Amino acid sequence: MNSFQGGPAGAPVLEVDDLAVTFTRRGEQSTRAVDGVSFAVAPGETIGLVGESGCGKSVTSLAVMGLLPRRGVEVTGSVRFNGQELLGARDGMLRRLRGADMAMVFQDPLSSLNPTVRIGTQVTEVLLEHREISKKEAVEEAVSLLDRVGIPDPRRRLDEYPHQLSGGMRQRALIAMSLACSPRLLIADEPTTALDVTIQAQILELLRELVVDTGTALVMITHDLGVVAGLCDRVHVMYAGKIIETADRYDLFARPRQPYTGGLLASVPRLDTGRGTPLTPIRGSARDTIPWEQGCAFAPRCDNAQDDCLTEVSGAIVPLEYDGPGRELRCRHPLTYPAAPAGATALGAVR
Amino acid sequence: MLRFIVRRLLQLIPILLGLSVLLFAWLRALPGGPAQAALGERATPEAIARYNELFGLDEPLIVQYLRFLGRAVRLDFGTSARTGRPVTTEFLERMPGTIELTVFAMVFAIGVGIPLGYLAARKHGSWLDSTSVIGSLLGVAIPVFFLAYLLRLLFAVELGWLPGSGRQDVRMDATRITNFYVLDGLLTREWDAAWDAVLHLILPAIALGTIPLAIIVRITRASVLDVVNEDYVRTANAKGLATSTVRRRHIIRNALLPVSTTIGLQTGLLLSGAVLTESVFSFGGVGSALYDALFARDFAILQGFILMLAIVYVLVNLLVDISYGLLDPRVRVR
Repeated sequence: MNSFQGGPAGAPVLEVDDLAVTFTRRGEQSTRAVDGVSFAVAPGETIGLVGESGCGKSVTSLAVMGLLPRRGVEVTGSVRFNGQELLGARDGMLRRLRGADMAMVFQDPLSSLNPTVRIGTQVTEVLLEHREISKKEAVEEAVSLLDRVGIPDPRRRLDEYPHQLSGGMRQRALIAMSLACSPRLLIADEPTTALDVTIQAQILELLRELVVDTGTALVMITHDLGVVAGLCDRVHVMYAGKIIETADRYDLFARPRQPYTGGLLASVPRLDTGRGTPLTPIRGSARDTIPWEQGCAFAPRCDNAQDDCLTEVSGAIVPLEYDGPGRELRCRHPLTYPAAPAGATALGAVR
Repeated sequence: MLRFIVRRLLQLIPILLGLSVLLFAWLRALPGGPAQAALGERATPEAIARYNELFGLDEPLIVQYLRFLGRAVRLDFGTSARTGRPVTTEFLERMPGTIELTVFAMVFAIGVGIPLGYLAARKHGSWLDSTSVIGSLLGVAIPVFFLAYLLRLLFAVELGWLPGSGRQDVRMDATRITNFYVLDGLLTREWDAAWDAVLHLILPAIALGTIPLAIIVRITRASVLDVVNEDYVRTANAKGLATSTVRRRHIIRNALLPVSTTIGLQTGLLLSGAVLTESVFSFGGVGSALYDALFARDFAILQGFILMLAIVYVLVNLLVDISYGLLDPRVRVR
């Protein structure tokens, strides 16, 4: 559909086409968590999947990695890694790819590490699984990995358990595990949410260096626009399981088109507004949504919404359409900007 | 670590003191005293008085208690009114039987329970799962003495496959070293004696192991179902580890933590005497000794055995706590 050609370094590592994930449960109505999502990442490129909790961004990443449970989940569409289709692939093949060619960093570093297994074992097990090396070499490799992600005194850390490490150290250790086999694709699912701000900055810097040094394709899943601003080349904004706006980082921050994106940017607290200025949240909550079949899911919360945002009136589901070079938009009444708004800030434009 | 152990051992003192007072009072409150039991229902009051005088039972309770306590701290619990032998000797003869029985029962419960619980969780929602859930409910609900009686009736009396009473065939005339009959048989190379002791253990061990088995199945199942959904299992899968590695290192290992606690507690319970099972099988362990002593109003045996069992129970629990620290690095005591 809309795979992006010509990323920074040629053919995309990952191409996701029309991915849909439906959860079915006996006796309950099935929920479509991801609904026709398409994107691509090239080597050395960082893309952001942005949206609030429950918009389907984490499910997208789990579907790409093949980590969703089999029972009660239906995944359709296409996920190609280096041109190889992953959906419906055999478990053995996925296990060979995971950890070696495609890796993932999770949200909560404490619960994502096994509490009863030493850090060393948790790092070396990836190496021993995917590479033909001896235990001794794996330990040496683990030491240099921990060192590379900025863990001081790595040799001693190998013998420690997760609870003996600080939050930042744990996330570094998890990143070390994901990097162990120099993957071509790294998916980071809100890697900094559980960490305090200074550590967040360090972790993001670490990830950025990696992309630059190794040419890894990075998919950054986040609800934090600060992370997007600092890291992502291209941003996909998701809402209720669909991508609603795609743009390069600069374009997105300068001229958000989807009212939802505009609202997200406007709701970021700023230092340059006066003290006591109230925050500007998006009204309603993510639960105030309508099925895409009935109309734009964001319409109930949208200030720009008009009658034809509903399928009933317009006769068609709101499509994701070309919106200028490198941009795509799913909106019938986007935010508009005067012809040459030199110096206009996102905040100013939305108002 | 050492401080932890010492503290726990010191806690034993008030527990034992309190228990001894309760025990002492409870035994004296039982209808019919040792004299009545020893001399029969038609004993004359004079005979009973003589008996009580002889054994110091006519003195005030406080005096009796303090005298008992004074000897008890030297592990001297007096002599059995029934057999005339020192209580401690009786205990050391009986306890190995109970330990053997406990070991066999727990091996049965663990050996069947953990694999069954694990499989039930793996096949969550299948017939195997529902069968094991219902089966374990039944296992907990069925009275032990009833099950023991059924097993004995079927396999010992009707079918005659296995011996239904005692610890060893009396005609064996086996050499005794440790009073662990199986162990003795192995040590003396009297293989037939060891094997006979094993056969005698099977039915009581199954009867006694059923409740722990049912509990272990349920806890293993619930625990595996919990752990499978843990984030770190997802991480392990995200690393592309082989399914067997994920199971062994990341699922089973963590799932067994709560199971190990249960195993420890159940072992402690079984060691403190399976009165009902042992008496159904006339198994010469601590449990059947308690049963006999209760009917004979054999105060010395009851007091001594129960106090020593309390010590065993507390020590086993201490061992459980220590081993838990070894299994789970997060609770390791320094």
